[in-house]
Amino acid sequence: MVRSSISPFRFAAFHRPGVSPADRFFRATVFTVAMSVLLIMGVIAFELVRNSRLPIAKFGWGFLWGTTWDPVAERFGALPFLYGTLVSSALALLIAVPVGLGVAIFLSELAPRWLSDPVTFLVELLAAIPSVIYGLVGIFVLVPLIRNSLEPLLSAALGFLPFFQGAPYGVGMLTAGLLLAMMVVPFVVSVSREILMAVPHSQREAVLSLGATQWEMVRIAVLPYARSGIMGSIFLALARALGETMAVTMVIGNRPEIRLSLFEPGYTMAAVIANEFTEATSDLYVQTLVEIGLVLFAVTILVNALARLLIYNVFTKVEVRE
Amino acid sequence: MKTIIATGLLVLNLIGSAWAEPMLINGAGATFPYPVYSKWFDEYARINPDIHINYQSIGSGGGIRQASEQTVDFGATDGPMNDEQMGKAKVKLLHFPTVLGAVVPTYNLPEAQTDLNFTPQVLAGIFLGTITKWNDPEIAKANPGAKLPDKIIIVVHRSDGSGTTYVWVDYLSKVSPEWKEKVGVGTSVNWPVGLGGKGNEGVAGLVKQTPYAIGYVELIYAEQNKMPSGAVQNSDGKFVKAGLDAVTAAAAAAAKAMPADFRVSITNAPGEKAYPITSFTWLLIPEKIADPKKGKAITGFLKWMLKDGQRLAPELLYAPLPKEVVAMEEKAIGQVKY
Repeated sequence: MVRSSISPFRFAAFHRPGVSPADRFFRATVFTVAMSVLLIMGVIAFELVRNSRLPIAKFGWGFLWGTTWDPVAERFGALPFLYGTLVSSALALLIAVPVGLGVAIFLSELAPRWLSDPVTFLVELLAAIPSVIYGLVGIFVLVPLIRNSLEPLLSAALGFLPFFQGAPYGVGMLTAGLLLAMMVVPFVVSVSREILMAVPHSQREAVLSLGATQWEMVRIAVLPYARSGIMGSIFLALARALGETMAVTMVIGNRPEIRLSLFEPGYTMAAVIANEFTEATSDLYVQTLVEIGLVLFAVTILVNALARLLIYNVFTKVEVRE
Repeated sequence: MKTIIATGLLVLNLIGSAWAEPMLINGAGATFPYPVYSKWFDEYARINPDIHINYQSIGSGGGIRQASEQTVDFGATDGPMNDEQMGKAKVKLLHFPTVLGAVVPTYNLPEAQTDLNFTPQVLAGIFLGTITKWNDPEIAKANPGAKLPDKIIIVVHRSDGSGTTYVWVDYLSKVSPEWKEKVGVGTSVNWPVGLGGKGNEGVAGLVKQTPYAIGYVELIYAEQNKMPSGAVQNSDGKFVKAGLDAVTAAAAAAAKAMPADFRVSITNAPGEKAYPITSFTWLLIPEKIADPKKGKAITGFLKWMLKDGQRLAPELLYAPLPKEVVAMEEKAIGQVKY
């Protein structure tokens, strides 16, 4: 799955003329399967738009930068949720990517086999834990820890920054970001590790034979070779972070406000849908929640596209320099 | 091994259904009464094996929507339908109160030795953000002798849409004109202050862990989890702690002014013993049921629920209906045509 993200044209060889009927059948089958993904995406987009006609007509584009969320007066704006989703996911990646890559490099390059195998197994087990369990860990372990230790520490050391000011509630953007980071690290680790393991040994040996240290070997021979796969692992983590609902809503404080400080509570798009959909009675209210889903859908596509573009540019520049 | 048992059960099930096809009645709605409803439907199926009632606790909003669209045979809600919703429904829906619930303020005040008293003004002030500290003179006035610290109050409310929130803000709207104008009543509202916790457990978790926090949870939840809950001043000026008796007392006091369609809010009910933050929860039954067999089954269940069902409620910590309301409902069952 991740490898296919390297290049959509890798399997173009299948389109050669004069292949056997069996191959033709195989080709048709996988083509249909691949196209069904496009079809599903299309249907989702269409249904989301169709079911949010009322708020689209009523609020227009202003919905995207409206900051009020008042179900009683039926005035709705999506900006606080947009902000919460993007900031909590960014925070999660900021923590999870370096940590996850570090673990992956250790497991594939440095760890002895007796250690790397069980650790890999445990990391993959982490990915299988249901998010509501992470949410409970968040409420009962992470929140008190952050309220009593991390937030006072941060505000003492970095309190001059606007990000670390305010009362330490324990729940809020910072906690959501940390919990999300915990949840996506396994994705980064397990995919990146597979990719790193696939790097041919000749690469490593060549660099080592020139007298490189282990770090230089990883940096020069392994990481550039594996970059697109690592990218894939980051996208996977990002997608999970953007869409994560249950665990986030349990620790983010669920307050639709935009605050610079990470100590303050926030709200995400997925969380507000999960929270309010069951009790939403009026058509406008229900459809507005569907529109939030539409915005989330669009944001997921947009952010993935942007991330791809950004990382692609960065890596091509590195290549030129080398 | 498990699969063998499961297959066996499945086969038994198939044989059973071939024997006598039980009539399936589908309902959906409120989550708050779900424990007592599932107990009722279980018990009722034991007495009447040919009727099986299938209830999905998808939330009051969903219950109203599905009952209005007639995709289920009956709905259930924690807040009565408003006129606009009644007008939109494909069929006229009758409200039948089933049990009563109460919502209690719960707090985490390490200094407090006894249960705190709350006046309506204090509760509205705290949740509006105008009362911000525990040593506020308004709080001190209601709690003579209590140790009240100079600490900021951390407000916690439900983040998910819920009947609990509906009852809480319905009460605040009745006692505070400012609340009514600024915030209003709904299953979700635009909270002036506070953190949102998901579900009773989310609110309880935050309040328990955060010193100087205050929130609100269902009475049942507070009792089961042994959480401190405050006494609330009722409309007769008495401070009353919530309990099954105080809740039923509120309903009995309100029964005198009960409208014929049972769509009534009984928060801030009169009476010395009445606990003021109380509400019915309702079943939504269509006035006209097309299938006569189903109609007979549903009305049969309603009659059973009003008699035997009520006796099962207190053991699950739900307050039973007062006698006056039961009598009114027994008459109202006649309105269901099939």
